[in-house]
Amino acid sequence: MALETIDTAAKRGVLAVQEYVVLSARAVSNIFRRPFYAGDLFQQADIIGVGSLPIVILTGFFLGCVLALQTASSLEQFGATAFTGQLVSMSMIKEIGPVVTALMVSGRNASGMASELGSMIVTEQIDAMRALGTDPLKKLVMPRIVATVVMLFFLVILSDTVGILGGGFVSVAMLGQSGSQYFHTAYQSLQYPDLLQGLVKPLFFGLIIATIGCYFGMKTKGGTQGVGRSTTQAVVWASVLIIVADFVISRFMIGIYGR
Amino acid sequence: MSANGATTRPASVSPDQPVVLFEDVSIGFGAEPVLEGISFRVERGETRILLGPAGVGKSVLLKLVNGLLRPDSGRIFVFGKEISAMRESELFELRGAIGTVFQEGALFDSLNVRDNVGYRLMEEHLPEDEVTRRATEALRFVEMEHTLYKFPSELSGGMRRRVAIARAIVSDPKLILYDSPTGGLDPITSTTIIELVMKQRDVQHTSSLVVTHRLQDAFTLATHRFNREKNGMEALPPHTADANTSFLMLHKGKLIFDGSTKELVTSEDPLIREYLA
Repeated sequence: MALETIDTAAKRGVLAVQEYVVLSARAVSNIFRRPFYAGDLFQQADIIGVGSLPIVILTGFFLGCVLALQTASSLEQFGATAFTGQLVSMSMIKEIGPVVTALMVSGRNASGMASELGSMIVTEQIDAMRALGTDPLKKLVMPRIVATVVMLFFLVILSDTVGILGGGFVSVAMLGQSGSQYFHTAYQSLQYPDLLQGLVKPLFFGLIIATIGCYFGMKTKGGTQGVGRSTTQAVVWASVLIIVADFVISRFMIGIYGR
Repeated sequence: MSANGATTRPASVSPDQPVVLFEDVSIGFGAEPVLEGISFRVERGETRILLGPAGVGKSVLLKLVNGLLRPDSGRIFVFGKEISAMRESELFELRGAIGTVFQEGALFDSLNVRDNVGYRLMEEHLPEDEVTRRATEALRFVEMEHTLYKFPSELSGGMRRRVAIARAIVSDPKLILYDSPTGGLDPITSTTIIELVMKQRDVQHTSSLVVTHRLQDAFTLATHRFNREKNGMEALPPHTADANTSFLMLHKGKLIFDGSTKELVTSEDPLIREYLA
């Protein structure tokens, strides 16, 4: 009996992964097929990108602030507070900027996508769209994926920037450090592989957020309760996969560039 | 719909081939069979009323007709093309010639009535003026042109159903699928909706498949006709029924009746008699 349950759960898991991969692949391949829904793409870019600006700026700034506070207090023990800028910029660009921004965007947008598409499923709007001759993967899913990947890339750059500025603000205004020293070390310590790592990650994180949000939305069953369930699952799975992907990408990049 | 311009995606319907043909179609979800060995046809200009209690698979059958679901076995032909063997991308093209009215209307709640009705036309990149003109014309057919710029949330259940009919007929389809168009509506509104279905049948002679579990609606459709002069429906002479309207009945996933109104009411089948009682 227990074996049967494990067997069923494993089959369900494999089937879900298969469905997720098929849906994502079909949606992404639609980028190269006509018609191209440019209007929907710009609308989603506005909702996902511009709409996420306040939370990304706020979290990025205060993360930079707290990073400067924590690293400065640790470095003080070794008389190395001059390296605060280096540690803040490295941490923000390589790890904290991409991961935290992705988690914030995931909480806001993966849930939004799952609930919006899920509501359309339970009210038969997706069926109506298919019946009217429109492919929902092309009209609804593809613009969300492209918009999330592109906008998250720029949101992460913005988050890194305001985070380093926040660290600078704390270092100068609260810790009495030299501003030019902070920004000099922050800039000089950075190398090409660090920037590459920080810029590659949001591309994968954006793909995860949009495909997971759309997958759970499109697979919604069971009325309004089902919509709630899909929304929760989307946020949970997107967050977990972002952390897992972060580890995999970091390991891969360190393996190639050695840092 | 009258004189609403050219058909957007014309489907070639040969006079001698049925508009819809089911051959031994079965479908199930999980281990549970929903429809088993279903075979029937819908001829050109014919209206087929699909009866059966709730949960018997009527909506599933309708979704099989426009390819929203695929059968586990059997073959389905629409306009002479085997849709059960077509890819999804090919089905999108075919669906341009099929109008579908969903159970609850299924209007896009983020679009206004004009954009809902003109959705298919906008997808085909018709000029905005043309979309507005044809959407208004379709809405006039269902007497809802005053709601052009309202949102679905501002409409009552009956109004939403009428807008859904306008959306289904705007591109002058060769086949219309009605999924319980009167479900959940009060008797007066139901009659209005049935009158619109009848108007489409008698004015445009569009082939249709009407799913309902309301006998009153089904028999109103079979025993009345639309009078263009009076712009309303009128009863046919006693003991007569519309020649182009016939019935199908489902019971526990199987088709237990396929015939005319007269054959239905005179049937000796105990299941049919129980349902009609």
